[in-house]
Order: sequence, then C-alpha cells, then structure tokens
Amino acid sequence: MDALGLYNYWIAIVLMMTGFYVVVSRGNLVKKIVGLNIFQTSVFILYISMSKVSGGTAPILAEGFETYSNPLPHVLILTAIVVGVATTALGCALVVRINEAYGTVEEDEIQSQDQEA
Amino acid sequence: MLLSFLAVMAIGMLRLRNLFAVVMLSGIFSLLSAGLFVALDAVDVAFTEAAVGGGIATVLMLGTLALTTDREKPPEGRLQIIPLLIVVATGALLIFGTLDMPSYGDPTAPIHQHVAPRYLADAERETSVPNVVTAVLASYRGFDTMGELAVIFTAGIGVLLLLGRPRKRRERHGGGQSGGQGE
Amino acid sequence: MQRHLVLRVTTKLLMPFILLFALYVQFHGDFGPGGGFQAGMIFGAGFILYALVYGIDSAKRVAPAGALRVLISAGLLLYIGVGYAGLALGGNFLDYGVFSAQAPKGQHLGIFLVELGVGVTVAATMVTVFFNFAGRGRD
Repeated sequence: MDALGLYNYWIAIVLMMTGFYVVVSRGNLVKKIVGLNIFQTSVFILYISMSKVSGGTAPILAEGFETYSNPLPHVLILTAIVVGVATTALGCALVVRINEAYGTVEEDEIQSQDQEA
Repeated sequence: MLLSFLAVMAIGMLRLRNLFAVVMLSGIFSLLSAGLFVALDAVDVAFTEAAVGGGIATVLMLGTLALTTDREKPPEGRLQIIPLLIVVATGALLIFGTLDMPSYGDPTAPIHQHVAPRYLADAERETSVPNVVTAVLASYRGFDTMGELAVIFTAGIGVLLLLGRPRKRRERHGGGQSGGQGE
Repeated sequence: MQRHLVLRVTTKLLMPFILLFALYVQFHGDFGPGGGFQAGMIFGAGFILYALVYGIDSAKRVAPAGALRVLISAGLLLYIGVGYAGLALGGNFLDYGVFSAQAPKGQHLGIFLVELGVGVTVAATMVTVFFNFAGRGRD
C-alpha cells in the first residue's frame, strides 16, 4: 500500500530526470529549452500531488463541502508557472539572437566558432 | 493513467529530432498535465498551466523555430555516459528522499497542519473572497505576487531589449562581438 | 492567409468571445478559478490569434507597440501604487484593510485592484513578446 501511495511521486521524479537529461545531453539549444520546460512541469506535478487531500475538493469555499485540498502549494506553483513562461520567453529570445550571431543553434558548432575567433 | 502518457511523451521529446514535432509534443504535455492538475483538485493551477503551456509557450517556441532551424543535428556516435550517470544518480537520490514522505492524499500529513487550516478557516471572514487561492495569492502572500509581476515585467523588457531593434544584414560568420554591439 | 476563408471568418467570430472570456476570468477570480494571471494570458492569446490570422500589421493597428509599452509599466505601477496607498492611509505596505471602514470590504477592493494590475501587465507583455518574435523575420 505504501508503494502505491508513492507511485505518483516516483513517476514525477522520472519525468524530472527525463527533462534533466534532455537539458544536459542534447546540444541543440531549442531542445534544451523544451527539456527545461519538461523539468519545470514535472516539479509542479510533484508539488501538486503533495497538496492533495483524499476526499477533499478544490480550495474554493462553498456550501456543503467540508474538506478542501491544501491551497498553499497551489499559490506557490501558480507563481512558478508564470516565472517559467517568463524564463522560456527570455531563453527563446536569446536563442534567436545567438542564431543571428553565429548562424547555428548547435552547441558544439558555437563553441568551435568561438575557439576559432 | 495520465502520468504514464506523460512519461511516454517525455521519452518521445528526448528521442525525436524533428524540432517541430518536439514543440508540438511539449504543448500536448502541458495540456495533459493541466488535466492531471484538475484530477488533483488544483483548478487554478490547471487553468494557468493550460493557458501558459498550451498557448503562450508553444507559440513562442514555434516563433523561435521559424526564426532558427527545424531539425536537430544527429548526436555523435558515442553513448553519453556521464550525463546518464548524473541523471540516474540524481533520480536515485530523489527517490530515496521520497521514501520518508507521507502517503499520497493523507489528511494528517504535516503539510496540512500549520498555516493551511488557518487560511481555509479565515479567508472568507477576513477578505470576503471565497476563492482561497486568490485570497492567499493577492492578500496573504501579496509580496510574492508583486515579485512575480516584476519578473514578468523584466522578461518583457528583456525581450524588448534583445529583439526590439531591427535585424541588421551582415555576413554569417562575421562573429558574435561586432554584430551584437553594432546597433 | 488570403485564401484561408474559414480561418478568417472563424477568428473574426471568436475574437469578442475570447476577450470577453478573459474579462470574465479576471473579474470572477474571486468566486471561481481564475484571477489576474490566467486572464492576462487569455487576453494575450486572443490578440496573438488575431495577429496570426490577419497579419502583424493589422494587429499592430489595434494594439500599437507604444501603447503596449505604457500598459506593461502601468500594471506594475498600479500594484505598487496600491501598496503605497496602504502606507499613506496608515497601515503597512500592501495592507488592504485600511481602504474601508470594514476590513473585509477593504481587502476585497485591494484584491480587485491588484488583480487588475496583474492582468494588464501580463496581457501587454505577452502581446509585446509575440510582436517582437514575429516581426523579426521580415527584413
């Protein structure tokens, strides 16, 4: 029963590690940004799974409901999602400028151009 | 189960080299995780994730693809051992850390004991706003929201600074330094 | 997009509903899911849809870049202004309770203004970022 309870968290961790691996191992800058997004979203899944109370409902106070899920992680994750999109926007702008300066978005080609110059 | 779909899509995003497909998959990934959030009773979060991940982030990345390139270069032949080891080690550490966590959905977990019951009990009385998440976001934790707004503002200013000037025509291998400062 | 008649007609029909839905989400954030961030994103997405189907130039006539820049700053200034108004009226920074005789009414007003500021800045930022990305490729 304990393993079943933790299965949610483990899948979230597997997703996190997949995103992390994409960031670390692939050389294409756009793919790195996508990997970063996967990583961020799976962190959110981990936190929101922690906030759920079984038998509870969404944290909007209404007649007839007694148990609510914890609203505090929702607030933190809301902020984190918006910060994530800000990071993605800025990262994409940087990739566009790098492409204009170097002509490529592959990491090793950029490094070799820097070493030649 | 939704989580298994998400895992399959993450592996797909790792392996595919057609970047357009990768960006589309990331949009679907965000949409599915929004559905997952609804199943976990986090309706505000699901709303935001669907609007942000499925809408804005996908559009931005597609714009980036239109301005750069469409395919990823095939990776070198060697299997990359070091990243794989780092990733496996980090994952094992994290899973080891979750073994101490309370079971999923447990109402007596410590996370639900300290501030959350006070917010749930007092929000309607003190702020006359039934949506506890909005009350906490705008009133109890108003400073965090101000910081978040400043982050959005900074990202907008940053994009304006980076992409605001029109593109200068110059040769491809003119180097990074002179091209970047020359406006 | 001259030839895609279905897309153009559908976008023209849907635009007012998208913007109206964004306003609904903004103002009903107190009673249901929603609030400033979601509303700003949906508003921005409506403008982006219009720009995608009808071209950047038509969209820039509706939302000129200068006005958007003013709006980005205006939302953040509104938020900080509400904070300072709380200071001026005798409470702490960002204390909404002093806006009215009964503290809950003051809180409600403060939350309303703050979410409005958030929605305005987020919408203007999203549209500005898209205009900068999409307008870049044309030399």
